[in-house]
Amino acid sequence: MNKPLILTLAGLTKRFGDVIANDAIDLTLHQGEVLALLGENGAGKTTLMNMLFGHYTPDAGYVEIICEDGTPLRLPPGQPQAAIDARIGMVHQHFTLAENLTALDNILLGSESLLSLRRHRRAARAKIEGLMQDSGLIAPLDEKIGALSVGERQRVEILKALFHDARVLVLDEPTAVLTPQEADSLFVSLRKMVDRGLSVIFISHKLHEVLAFSDRIAVLRHGKKVGELTTADADKNQIATLMVGEETALPDREACAVGDPVLELKSVTVRRENTRNSLNDVSLCVRAGEIVGVAGVSGNGQSALAQVISGLERPDRGSIAVAGQVMPAPTPKGMIKAHVGRIPEDRHHDGVVGSMTVAENLIIERLDAPDVQTRGFLRKKRIAQHARELVQAYDVRGPGIDARAALLSGGNIQKLILARVLEQEPLVILANQPTRGLDFGAAGEVARRLMEARKRGAGVVLISEDLDEVLSLADRIVVMHDGQLIEADTRDRAAIGLLMAGQAA
Amino acid sequence: MVIEPRGNISRGVQMAIPVIAALVALGLAALPLGFAGAPILEAYKQMFIGVFGSVFSFTEMLTRATPLIFTGLAAALAFKARLWNIGAEGQLYLGAMGAVAVGTGLIDGPAVLMIPLVMIAGAAAGAAGMLGPAILKTRFGADEVVTSLLLNFIILIFVQMMLEGPLKDPMSMGWPQSEPILDNAALPQLIPRMRIHAGLIVALVAAVIAQIALTKTTWGFKIRAVGENAAAARHAGINANRTLLGVACISGALAGLAGVSEVAGLKGYLTTDLSPGYGYSGIVVAMLAGLSPMGVVIAALYVASVFVGADSMSRAMGVSSFLADLVVSMSLISVLVGGFFARYRIRFAGKAGAGR
Amino acid sequence: MDMLQIFLNESFWVASLRIATPLIFGVLGALLCERAGVLNLGIEGIFVVGAMVGWMSVYAGAPLWLGVIAAAAAGGLFGLFHAILTVPLGLSQHVSGLGITLFATSAASFLYRTILPDVSSPPRITAFQPMDVPFLSDIPFLGPVVFQQTALTWLALIMVGVVWWVINRTPLGVALQAVGDNPDAVNAQGLSVYKLRIGAVMAGSALMALGGAFLTMSAFDAFFFGMVNGRGWICIALVIFASWRPGKALLGALLFGMFDAFQVRLQTEAGAVVPSQIFLMAPYVLSIIALVIVARKAEYPRALLHPWFKGHR
Repeated sequence: MNKPLILTLAGLTKRFGDVIANDAIDLTLHQGEVLALLGENGAGKTTLMNMLFGHYTPDAGYVEIICEDGTPLRLPPGQPQAAIDARIGMVHQHFTLAENLTALDNILLGSESLLSLRRHRRAARAKIEGLMQDSGLIAPLDEKIGALSVGERQRVEILKALFHDARVLVLDEPTAVLTPQEADSLFVSLRKMVDRGLSVIFISHKLHEVLAFSDRIAVLRHGKKVGELTTADADKNQIATLMVGEETALPDREACAVGDPVLELKSVTVRRENTRNSLNDVSLCVRAGEIVGVAGVSGNGQSALAQVISGLERPDRGSIAVAGQVMPAPTPKGMIKAHVGRIPEDRHHDGVVGSMTVAENLIIERLDAPDVQTRGFLRKKRIAQHARELVQAYDVRGPGIDARAALLSGGNIQKLILARVLEQEPLVILANQPTRGLDFGAAGEVARRLMEARKRGAGVVLISEDLDEVLSLADRIVVMHDGQLIEADTRDRAAIGLLMAGQAA
Repeated sequence: MVIEPRGNISRGVQMAIPVIAALVALGLAALPLGFAGAPILEAYKQMFIGVFGSVFSFTEMLTRATPLIFTGLAAALAFKARLWNIGAEGQLYLGAMGAVAVGTGLIDGPAVLMIPLVMIAGAAAGAAGMLGPAILKTRFGADEVVTSLLLNFIILIFVQMMLEGPLKDPMSMGWPQSEPILDNAALPQLIPRMRIHAGLIVALVAAVIAQIALTKTTWGFKIRAVGENAAAARHAGINANRTLLGVACISGALAGLAGVSEVAGLKGYLTTDLSPGYGYSGIVVAMLAGLSPMGVVIAALYVASVFVGADSMSRAMGVSSFLADLVVSMSLISVLVGGFFARYRIRFAGKAGAGR
Repeated sequence: MDMLQIFLNESFWVASLRIATPLIFGVLGALLCERAGVLNLGIEGIFVVGAMVGWMSVYAGAPLWLGVIAAAAAGGLFGLFHAILTVPLGLSQHVSGLGITLFATSAASFLYRTILPDVSSPPRITAFQPMDVPFLSDIPFLGPVVFQQTALTWLALIMVGVVWWVINRTPLGVALQAVGDNPDAVNAQGLSVYKLRIGAVMAGSALMALGGAFLTMSAFDAFFFGMVNGRGWICIALVIFASWRPGKALLGALLFGMFDAFQVRLQTEAGAVVPSQIFLMAPYVLSIIALVIVARKAEYPRALLHPWFKGHR
């Protein structure tokens, strides 16, 4: 590369207990270059960037940046302030914004001395407005973050980094929460800034994105760097193999006979503070044997939809019927009894009680069942046996059925939830972001199970931010935008992207 | 300095922590003793003799432990469901009032009828005392810490009012106290010439029932699930609100029984100073017990020993008996800290690059 | 019974402000802690500590203001204790706070009893006297009500302004607001979550202690056991009522003070018919009602009760 070096990561290693998240990784970044860090979920990409930024302290290795005058500077480990002083900026996957403050205040946070008795916002405001012009990233500065959309929040995050005169910008999965068009627009803005001298590292697990927008690619797998190549020379299949290790075939979607409606939402309205994430007069019909994919950017009503189908929230208007039976006052227990299986979006928050055992979590939805209790007393032996059978059938790996569920990995927790849901042979399955945060192996497992259920005649509602997942698994696609559900009669990514953004195709 | 979680800790370690915490708190008592100018070893000796020095003192300790077992169980069960019942003190007085309302002459009958009646009245009154804050929480989202706490003050004033009005004993020569509990309604003495009474048996039985209910029934399962992750419990179909209301009733009832026990077993009548803070000490008992009902029994014995021992030492040596409150509160803090060290270890990391 | 007469009486307003003062300190203190994300149930005990330490310092010969500083320092110390347990160690804020209350109360009581073992009635000190501001104190009505309060009441009113300014107009305040909403945001900007939270809890606890000091050094001039009598808990309820804002905190405390002053006067009017205890209960009942009214809509600081740990745990 003719471009001069700006950043070196040398031999970075990080262990969490017995797990080696990063194993002696070397990485270099040149000025004015876009480096993509590619790898499946769990490969160690975020951990590596967290060490760069000082959120984690490395067990071995160091980070070295070349300052503007050409001298190398080794960053003291574990100090975000050092990274900020060295003009490294990071846009995290989970935004680090205070919702009760305005965008302006969030950007300025930490830039003024804490001992100062007054605030000096005017000059800062002018600078930020200039940055917005230059980069094309516009966001309302005087509104509280709580009122901004996801795309706007991300722009605030980037402006934060630019405000601190970042020379190196790291973005962690930036397009996970954007529509295809927003993602394109983001990369256009990034290119503009790169042309002005910014150096960028972006983390992704999406191959097509990485190939389209980077100059160089580094591939991580299981904590090690397994490949590094110039994008121009890269071969798609070669990289895919590097990422995953061996070919994994996604299950084929065979044609399946579609039956009677198993889930019908009619004119369902759920009022939330924001119309954007409410449900506005939504109707949806899911039949036996079909997977309906609900595409859309988070925050457009998906969580209200999931709450209604899970029985956690009653619609303010409209009705919901399972297998033809209208449910006048749905509760989670009612939905379970109606054979609706729910896989929640946040498995730790809603899916399992972390401090209870695997066996207990497997029967938590069936406390009244005769094989779980007799006259109110738990049948411990039967519960244990039941757990052993399920754990084996669904390959739930962990320290054992009496271990706390919190000790299991994300993928295994998801398998536990799947086991719990699928053993009941549900008529309807709500799968809400089921493969989020899972590595390819686990994600494939989940997809396979959903396909099996579909073949058995279940109707599946698959809510997913990942358009590729929706495209590969769903028989029918609907798009959520601004609380409304629109049937997509196309499988064209760009057209669906427009629907996700609220524009007709 | 790095804090990292330990793996699974053995049962033995888990049970050792409160014991160590209690010993640490007792040891730290040396500081205030020193400040008060008392000879430290002699003070400890007096405390020990104050509990174990005679049969009478030992039964005194057991008598003190009885209400503590009840309030400890009340706190333990509620906290297990993450329902912060800080109102046990008030619920104790409600229970005592319930016992007095029913057991001082309103009805009469054989002991086999009266004693359960008095207990049920007291338990019901105590249950109502926590049901209120629980309803305010489930219907209005009002924090039950504050409501149950403020209710204590309200109830105490109410007791004052009752004792100067409807419940006043006309034979008490002006002192605000209630009429005495009928002999048929009183909890019998266990050992002649000692103050120890059948309330202790009731408390122990309650502890056993609570332990079984918590670990072996679906109701106990729901309590644990709601306490540890209410959102996941709701998602799984458990009616969290109903569970909380149920626990509130049981917790209040247990605290009410503490009041019944003091009025119908020990003192015989109700006054405004019936409880020297048993409700609050019950919280310490529950934490020392790790929220386990059987553990509550042991922790109650410890706390009762501290109070009785310190009382005796105070009389013998002139050191303020507030020392007992100091030791008990230090026990709470040290068991809290001890629990931390059971789950995490602190490593002083060297420079970056140092391996493990 | 002429209730309106009560409002026209100067002494009612004087009493209102006087009763409100410890609550102003307490609510401001609780507000600082909770805005930063930490619930401090040690408030009741810290009130007792402030009352005892402030009074004891003066009894031992220190000038009044030194006693005030000592009280604040003692409060800050107990606040530090609570902060260490709850911030870096992440222990239950409820249990730690209750433990601190029990510990602080028993420590203050033990100290008092040990230093003054044989007193039949609590010894008295020369407390803060009502200020006499030339000219201003002579304004009819407004003069006595506002300008003849003691210096500590003035301190409380000034602190409302100070706390408001710090939270809303300084970078430190913005950081504090942020740390109570999303500590990750603060950490990502290179600021120390631990230091911000610990500092806020210490400062808040110092204010709480001043509330207690007011009781023994201004409202009364001696220390009695049980004199705090739940004021700390009332402050915890009032903070929610005040939406964690200093201005509303002042308003809430004043309203409460007015209510309490009113019911005392009402008692003398209606005492024969209604038992005095009904009036004594009133402040607590009012606090519960206030809490229930605002609970649904209350926008708790998002990170309140959620511990935050550096790095991976």
